[in-house]
Amino acid sequence: MWWKLVLFVFMSIMIYFSFALPAPQQQIGESSRIFYYHIPQAWICVIAFAMSMFYSIRYLQKKDLKYDDMAMIAAKLGFIFCVLATVTGAMFAKVTWGMYWNWDPRQTSIFILLLIYGAYFALRGAIDIEEKRAALSAVYSIFAFVTVPFLIFIVPRMVPTLHPNDSIINSDLKFNIEGAISLVFFSSLALFTVLYIWLFNIGVRVQLLLRKQMELEDL
Amino acid sequence: MPKTSSGLLSRSLAVYFKDLRMELRTKNALNAILMFGVTTLTVVSFSLGQSGLSPKLLSALFWIIMFFSAMSGLAQTFIREEETGTSLILNLTAEPNSIYIGKLLFNLTLLITMTSIITPMFFIFTDAPTENILPFVVILTLGVFGLVSATTLVAAIISKASVKGALFAVVSFPILMVLLMVLVGATEKILDNNSLSSVSSEIQFLIAYVVVMTTISLLLFKFVWRE
Repeated sequence: MWWKLVLFVFMSIMIYFSFALPAPQQQIGESSRIFYYHIPQAWICVIAFAMSMFYSIRYLQKKDLKYDDMAMIAAKLGFIFCVLATVTGAMFAKVTWGMYWNWDPRQTSIFILLLIYGAYFALRGAIDIEEKRAALSAVYSIFAFVTVPFLIFIVPRMVPTLHPNDSIINSDLKFNIEGAISLVFFSSLALFTVLYIWLFNIGVRVQLLLRKQMELEDL
Repeated sequence: MPKTSSGLLSRSLAVYFKDLRMELRTKNALNAILMFGVTTLTVVSFSLGQSGLSPKLLSALFWIIMFFSAMSGLAQTFIREEETGTSLILNLTAEPNSIYIGKLLFNLTLLITMTSIITPMFFIFTDAPTENILPFVVILTLGVFGLVSATTLVAAIISKASVKGALFAVVSFPILMVLLMVLVGATEKILDNNSLSSVSSEIQFLIAYVVVMTTISLLLFKFVWRE
């Protein structure tokens, strides 16, 4: 219980400082504050996707429905954070580039990520038998994850992008932010990760209770 | 089809020839895929007029026709096994790897047949420039391989689901979107009279895509097929 209170307190402090400190990127201005939220959301989106794939592999190895539940919950949370990252990204694009959407490579890749999640849930909805659903959606999840490196590393290099790539890590792999700004940014990253783990645990517990309830109804 | 007497290739070919023979008897998949291609091509040519289309538009239209035609027929071979109830027997007589390779070859044959009819028609109907035809064929061949390598596993997944038709396009699209983006870009350059060397990075991408997708499909296919 105590760590949830700690999370609440620190999250509040982080949100306060994300607005109280001077804007992180002077040339972009006040709108660059969004990076305290946008990047952690995109980060969680990728983490959740990777976790979903990890549990999908575990399911195929062990054939234990617990892993399928976990893969599904990670995908659900990933979808929510993916929507958040897309929306905050579009808001930032409107302010700095003048358009909400212009098929920048980054926007394209996050859009495909959204489509993959959408297709994953559509596929799950179309299969009735639980074991079958678990195995087939696990295979799809792994198969779709294989295309992600193409999206993130190869296509943005073939097409020019407007996305500020070097605002945090420059081409020499050194951090471009420092001092209080970097402290707020990295605590935001850590706090969002803890928040995600918390949500994930709640999801797993809910799923467990649902399974217990189904078993009791069967008796 | 004796299981132990021969190598992987001949066993895969046995599956392939079985599918080919079944297809030649009914011509279900070929008719569907071909008529879909012709229909979309007609609509395009009809509504946009015959000449003066920009390379950008031509390449986008060409790959839209290819994508939707592929979606209309490539799942047939697996759906047929499920509908006639023969998947269990196939499971007993052949192991997953040779089934996958056989089906992959069959889908490849199907799409190549369709493409070799649709592509000349596309050039005739839209009056697309033909000076650069050889590089175009290179990109087209890689594109066909890419489409088939990525959709054969998805087709196997879909054949086990309860709603089959619409789901195939929905589930394949996110996986194919990277491929289609690169293909449309490369075809545009080729139709704009650029040489093959101007699209060398696209060609590298396409080869990598085909290799990765085929390998991962081979690894995952047994989990789908055993369901």
